[in-house]
Amino acid sequence: MQQRQRIIELNVNGETHTLAVEPQRTLLEVLRDNLGLTGAKRGCDQGYCNACTVLVDGKAVNSCLILAVRAQGKRITTIEGLSHNGRMHPLQEAFVNRGAIQCGFCTPGMVLTAKALLDANPDPSEMQIRRAISGNLCRCTGYVKVVEAIKEAARVLKTGGAA
Amino acid sequence: MKEYSVVGKRLPRIDSPAKAMGQAKYAADLVLPRMLHGKVLRSPHPHARILNIDTSQAEGLPGVKAVVTGKDTKGVKFGGWRAFTQLIDQYPLCMDKVRYIGDEVAAVAAVDEDTAEEALDLIRVDYEPLQAILDPEAAMKEGAPRIHEEVERNICWSRFIEFGNVEEGFARSDYVREDNFSLQTQAYAPTEPRACLASFDHAGRLTIWTSTQCPYPVQCQLAAALGLREGDVRVVQPFLGGGFGAKFELFPYEVCCSLLAQKTGRPVKMMYTRQEEFSASRTRHAMKIWLKTGFKKDGTLMARQARAVLDGGAYTSFGPTVTFTAGFFHTLLYRLPNYKYEGYRVFTNKPPSSGMRGIGAVQPFFAGETQMDMVARDLGIDPIELRLKNARQPNEVIPKLTTVNSCGLSECLTKVGESTRWHERQSKLPPGRGIGIACAGQQSGGAFNWFRTRLAFSNARVRANDDGTVVLFAGAADIGQGSSTVLCQILAEELGVRFEDVSIVAADTGTTPVDIGTWGSRVTFQAGNAVRAAAIELKKQLFAVVAPKLNADPVDLDIKDRKIFAKGRPEPSMPFPEAVTAAQAANKGKILEVAGSYHPEGKGIVSPAYSFVAVVAEVEVDRETGQVKVDRLTVAHDCGQPINPMSVEGQVEGSVHMGLGYALTEQVVSEKGEMLNPSFLDYRIPTALDMPEVKIIEVITDEPEGPFGAKEAGEGCVAPVAPAIANAIYDAIGVRVKDLPITPEKVLKALREAQPNS
Ligand code: FES
Ligand code: FES
Repeated sequence: MQQRQRIIELNVNGETHTLAVEPQRTLLEVLRDNLGLTGAKRGCDQGYCNACTVLVDGKAVNSCLILAVRAQGKRITTIEGLSHNGRMHPLQEAFVNRGAIQCGFCTPGMVLTAKALLDANPDPSEMQIRRAISGNLCRCTGYVKVVEAIKEAARVLKTGGAA
Repeated sequence: MKEYSVVGKRLPRIDSPAKAMGQAKYAADLVLPRMLHGKVLRSPHPHARILNIDTSQAEGLPGVKAVVTGKDTKGVKFGGWRAFTQLIDQYPLCMDKVRYIGDEVAAVAAVDEDTAEEALDLIRVDYEPLQAILDPEAAMKEGAPRIHEEVERNICWSRFIEFGNVEEGFARSDYVREDNFSLQTQAYAPTEPRACLASFDHAGRLTIWTSTQCPYPVQCQLAAALGLREGDVRVVQPFLGGGFGAKFELFPYEVCCSLLAQKTGRPVKMMYTRQEEFSASRTRHAMKIWLKTGFKKDGTLMARQARAVLDGGAYTSFGPTVTFTAGFFHTLLYRLPNYKYEGYRVFTNKPPSSGMRGIGAVQPFFAGETQMDMVARDLGIDPIELRLKNARQPNEVIPKLTTVNSCGLSECLTKVGESTRWHERQSKLPPGRGIGIACAGQQSGGAFNWFRTRLAFSNARVRANDDGTVVLFAGAADIGQGSSTVLCQILAEELGVRFEDVSIVAADTGTTPVDIGTWGSRVTFQAGNAVRAAAIELKKQLFAVVAPKLNADPVDLDIKDRKIFAKGRPEPSMPFPEAVTAAQAANKGKILEVAGSYHPEGKGIVSPAYSFVAVVAEVEVDRETGQVKVDRLTVAHDCGQPINPMSVEGQVEGSVHMGLGYALTEQVVSEKGEMLNPSFLDYRIPTALDMPEVKIIEVITDEPEGPFGAKEAGEGCVAPVAPAIANAIYDAIGVRVKDLPITPEKVLKALREAQPNS
């Protein structure tokens, strides 16, 4: 049943939103239901699929596992914040061009997980890429083209193609 | 091979930028003003009689807007088997009995999900538990309690196939062997838990946006379940987060959601939880297969006999087709003069089983291709040579069943052997390492009209605009396999326009023409043929108008690079937009729009065409722990002419990933009818770390029935993975595991049994 709501401020994709939310709401729920940012997917709501991945202060986290009230004062980036005016981030471009997207349900989480990886390690080995995305489940691609896309994006970003 | 301009190109998919940027809306992402949230109350018993349902308390909960039970439904069963109505056996909400843990009992609509959830707890259901029947063999016994009152011995469907004379075939064989194989229940586990949003308009017409692979069959079944006319139900498929067969049918929750929307006069959305997606959807059939095969000393296949018992779960679903294909596939790969099959699909008190990627194929191919390896070893013939000796060739008839047109099986075998240096390595690798091979084939969509539709299986409309753009309207549903892109490629190729000139409106029964849906690898082939037919018709109309202006006969005209010209004479020509303008003017401004269709008429009872594949697995087995590590999978695949090679690769890679899970880790574990592992933590699909290297070899054939020579791609590749791995394990450590998944415990047990004294 309805609990008392709290007023919180969330910084999402560079914009500050003032929201009234119940304290037990997860960040995933608030992003999707209050802000209409449905790019983060509810694949399990249990922390096991990473379809809900967003960046919190640059780190990839499962938004289904953290409470929205806990995300106050942090910088949150969702998949919608990665492209600008329809111009895709090199990771998104690589996913598209390499055929790393099939049903696309895992894609936002994959791309953001890869973003966190490349921000921390611009030149990852294949093993490091696989380890980084090993919590992101995909039922369509066998991860082959996902890994290729991340490698390609790393190359592009290193040569200055950052969006 | 022919040269094409759009077909055969590695084009990025048209919908992938939207998906990459998080703009693609899936069913759960949709919102309507005043929308309510629905939830379903499910049975906690595997088998029980419903004595009474009391919803009064739930109805009294603030925020609850409606509660429905079986009494609020029309009380009619629904299902897709309009060709055999006795197979239509599921109620939207259980009337008198529940038949599995998860069966739908009641549904609630409330102002939010939490309130709906809370209301479920307040519904009181009195059950009289009945004996649960969980083992299909026991369920088939005379006198076993019945799950469906009218179904004797709980046999949902039995299927027999026979040609030649197996007794004679075995009698004339030098070598005969029999084996038993056991296949587990696999979960579909699409990453998207299904969802739907239902809304009625002022005139009582329903629109439902739903996670489905088959908008048109869902439209028809939903209309019947609600007592509406089909034309008053519109089914729209939003982006779909994976199907693999799981989202192939109408599901009870879609009827409940619609009923609640009707009752409340407000839009209602329902979203499955992950647990529901695992335990209240469908599964791949668990199967027990007995297989007997006879050969001549020189390796000539003489006869085969098979018996399969399928664990059907509580309802029919797509089980009868699986029962048939599980028998059919034993006949596809090799020239087989004598064959006999009996298959029984049996009801049990478990979630219904259905057709999953590699429908009714992975089970028989595991049995057949594992046994083939044993035979090769026993006869002292190389496994590839044994297969080549018997391999199906193009233009062969399988008695009473089908005709195989194009067939690249032999080439697949040869190429996969060369690529993996098979002959140097098989039986010669260091201890603990092994290499194994297996093959499979797959249909390009079904030919049998199970839905008894009066309409062609695939229909398409094409509209040409005078600015040069072309819009394709197709009922076919892209479920992540990339069909919308492929259909646009086929259209652009046939019409001589650029890929970027074409856009598509798909999978919406309100605006797109009928298509029987996405199943059995039929879309590229069947919808592709419909699109191509429409494009040909459009050209005909354009050419008729343009011919006089170019001083040519319409039959001599051609179109390429958006220009119409006479064949062999590039000039004079007319640009495509101008030609469209001329055609519109000639018809008093009528829009230039044409239709095309395809139906597999006269194509036997199975399919108009078949893909083939050979897979070599390379493994390492740890004798201490029983752990199997797959290092590489090499896949040679004949899918005819690939329309989009990048997409084909993606399908192959995804399929072998699913095959890998099937081989080693994936299994629905249940106790007393309850699934014990309904989460991604406990049900293990392979991660990026588990995936081996995948090497793909294209074997291109020209399928005469397919659009530009295309046929099924990718789905067939799921089936040979498990037997290839099993055969590689034998090569590595000399033991056979004949029941899946091949867990470390089973490997260790097999090792112990092989060396009882060590
Ligand atoms: S939805 Fe958060 S991990 Fe699956
Ligand atoms: S693309 Fe479908 S789950 Fe990854």
